[in-house]
Amino acid sequence: MSTTDHQRPGSAGGSDEAGPAHGGPDEDHTPEQLAAMDRVERDRLGARYDGVEVLHVEPGPTPGSKLEKQATRLVTFWFLLAALLSLAFLVVYVGSGWFLPDWQWTVGGSAWSAAFTPLTGLFMGLALTSVGIGLVVFVKKLMPHETAVQDKHDGSHFDRVTTSATLLGGLDNSGLRRRKLLTGTLGFMALAFGAMLIAPLGGLIKNPNKGNPLGTTPWAEGIRLVRNDGTPIRPGDQQPGSLETVFPAVTGGNRAADAATMLIRLRPAQLQNLQTPTGQEDFGYGDYVAYSKICTHAGCPVSLYEQETGRILCPCHQSQFQVTEGAKPVFGPATRPLPQLPITVDDEGYFVARSDYIEPVGPTYWNRESI
Amino acid sequence: MATSTAAPAAPATRIGRAAFEVDDRLIVAGPLRRTLNKVFPDHWSFLLGEIALYCFVILLLSGTYLTFFFDATMQEVIYEGGYAPLRGVEMSAAYESTLALSFDVRGGLLIRQIHHWAALLFVAAIVVHLLRIFFTGAFRRPRESNWLIGVGLLVLALLMGVTGYTLPDDLLSGTGLRIISAILLSIPVVGTWVHWAVFNGDFVGMDIIGRFYIVHVLILPAIVLGLIAVHLLVLVKQKHTQFPGAGRTEHNVVGNRLFPTFAGKATALFFIVFGVCAALGGLVQINPVWLWGPYNPAQVSAGSQPDWYIGFLDGSTRLFPAWDINLPGGYVIPALFWPTVVIAGAMFTVLALYPMIERKLTGDTASHHLLQRPRDVPVRTSIGAMALSFYIVLWISGGNDLIADKFDISLNAMTWFGRIGMILIPPIVYVLTYRICLGLERHDREVLEHGIETGVIRRLPSGEFIEVHQPLGPVDEHGHGQLAYGGASVPKKMNQVGGARRAIKGFFSPVEEPAAVQAEAEHEARGLEATEAARRELTGSGRPSEGGRPSEGGRPQEPRD
Repeated sequence: MSTTDHQRPGSAGGSDEAGPAHGGPDEDHTPEQLAAMDRVERDRLGARYDGVEVLHVEPGPTPGSKLEKQATRLVTFWFLLAALLSLAFLVVYVGSGWFLPDWQWTVGGSAWSAAFTPLTGLFMGLALTSVGIGLVVFVKKLMPHETAVQDKHDGSHFDRVTTSATLLGGLDNSGLRRRKLLTGTLGFMALAFGAMLIAPLGGLIKNPNKGNPLGTTPWAEGIRLVRNDGTPIRPGDQQPGSLETVFPAVTGGNRAADAATMLIRLRPAQLQNLQTPTGQEDFGYGDYVAYSKICTHAGCPVSLYEQETGRILCPCHQSQFQVTEGAKPVFGPATRPLPQLPITVDDEGYFVARSDYIEPVGPTYWNRESI
Repeated sequence: MATSTAAPAAPATRIGRAAFEVDDRLIVAGPLRRTLNKVFPDHWSFLLGEIALYCFVILLLSGTYLTFFFDATMQEVIYEGGYAPLRGVEMSAAYESTLALSFDVRGGLLIRQIHHWAALLFVAAIVVHLLRIFFTGAFRRPRESNWLIGVGLLVLALLMGVTGYTLPDDLLSGTGLRIISAILLSIPVVGTWVHWAVFNGDFVGMDIIGRFYIVHVLILPAIVLGLIAVHLLVLVKQKHTQFPGAGRTEHNVVGNRLFPTFAGKATALFFIVFGVCAALGGLVQINPVWLWGPYNPAQVSAGSQPDWYIGFLDGSTRLFPAWDINLPGGYVIPALFWPTVVIAGAMFTVLALYPMIERKLTGDTASHHLLQRPRDVPVRTSIGAMALSFYIVLWISGGNDLIADKFDISLNAMTWFGRIGMILIPPIVYVLTYRICLGLERHDREVLEHGIETGVIRRLPSGEFIEVHQPLGPVDEHGHGQLAYGGASVPKKMNQVGGARRAIKGFFSPVEEPAAVQAEAEHEARGLEATEAARRELTGSGRPSEGGRPSEGGRPQEPRD
């Protein structure tokens, strides 16, 4: 049965007949015509419908030629190598601890355990690479080289005009452009609805200004200065010119993010030239001074103390602080001196803090001065 | 009409019948054929983006494996695992599980190191891909949208790197996290609020690893996956750009069809990228977290370095002077804000907007599908080189302590080198690049006008010595070539225009008959073997080119044609 109606899509109307086949140009090429073509012709025909023209085919090596045999041998070699390397990986991975020495590395353990990760990585890497090389050689040496060209199309005026007609038709039918109240309500609803959807994220927000958490540390009056292992320190425990990292003697004091403090014993020469900021003249004790270890730039622990010059270097961004001048920054990106911890000695002769730091330790922030 | 004739015969083979059954239900034959027939340009530089894509696949695979063992909590535990030096040490569960998957999971260390190497390669491939797009002008209309998506993907890749780097909670990653915390605090007005929202309080709290974990393994990968899908869909829709050459126009793409040639090569590339990552992961140790120890706010190791792609930010932070801005009311904009948030933000904003900026400045609003050689657009090339040199100065400064240490240079001198260099070096690079571009352009014109230098010296009857030049096309009465420059590579060696015969294949002994090669070459009319009689309408690629081969006055071609 053949009706001209089938030229028009959707024209089958109420009749229970198949419309034109799924967009393919089946009407132009009968099954007989297609069957009469060879496979290359059918391939090219399909390509033409996709805007592709095969320009030139450089055939692969002639079947049975020396060239083909050599290329086949090469590809076989790489794929075989990949298979063998994969097996080698399996042998090492599965066999370690079974018929090979144990894989688990321990200090002073076997050489095999140290070689386990490098060997598995090497075999896996070489196996994968061999598959890749084999494929490249396959495509390059055994397959025909085809040069094809495909058309590139600009946007179609027809498509633009018809699509916009459909869109504008729908908009007109909705009457939204006339019904101002409805449009306004829709906008209002979208805003309110969107706000409702993101509102639960408000659970993330916490007030950073409650109790001045950035300005306080675990240090307080009478809290002892202790080493990482919790032992207290007396004057005289340190050599002149040395530095020790100390923590407040409270639970978790040695893990607190802002409590780490450097206790420095100055050399006599340094003590003579000591310049202390006004108001902090009595913060030290004898030839001892204590400064926050947390860099005022980005919060890294300033760790590298050069005895000779009395400079402390932060290894993150190389800010340098002069210990004999109130730990003020003398080079690099830091802008503020390291805060000084006021210290004294308690009844038993151990170092204690006289109070918390008098200013926030660590990186600068917006309302640091005003809170 | 199709319906008036006999129904097509049923497929004879088993596979054919199966395919018929599938297509009868899903109707995929048409779209599948269109996909298989898609033409891809055949140039190595088009594979850079693919490398990034394959790295992402490797990251997804290896990362999923790691999640089986990683415990993203900051609960303090006592280590009792296989690594003796840390036994009895208090550490977070995150660090403990990282150690466990490195020491107590068979092959876990390999996968962890593959993951890290693939991440480094991922960002590197994105950056090199971006440079290729930039310097060849592939971002021009209509591809601005894909440029924007690409820059977005780069930023997301950096964020994935930063969040992933933080997860092991070792000393190195904790130091990085501390700097992230300081950067958040440095934001004017809302800095402390942002910090409290991200960390759920003061540094470091108990929540940040868990939060970064879900961002690293779910939120960012999902966004990246979606953007990659859009990136590729837009690419397929707009089709590839291509370098100018014989038969290549603004309205076509010349290359290989997806199936089988391109698919074969692309699969091969995936295996090679995976292989390189696996070999690196096995052989080259990266981020040995057990050596750094658990994070402790009071400790840091000298020479702490971020992964390479964050190095430029570390550098800008080191170089920026100590300039706090104090505002009335006791408010302050910390110096840290400028090199981290402002400089990085400005760099990525300018990068993202570059296509629009160039379009505005040049007034070139036309669509372009043919690429430009960098030398032909000296201003853009010089701007790119200038930006790159700025980036490299920052990047080097990110490791200036290591350079100072290894080469015994003063650290402060390295900082000053960076501070002055970041201002002085880019303009110098601009001028140099500009001159080099002009020089290369002029040399192309010279070869087109005077021909290729043959190396043959001839003595004229007058006694004068001249070098014989081989014209690339027809010449006028003065012997000057009449070919115009076509935006493609100009052959500059005799071998590129057939000055030598093709080598006979075979490594130990020839696997070809020399006579057959000669006959084939004569048939195809190439190089020396080309004779007047073998003149054809078609070029080597088989397509009528614009004016034929160079010797016939056509446009110069790529050597491979």
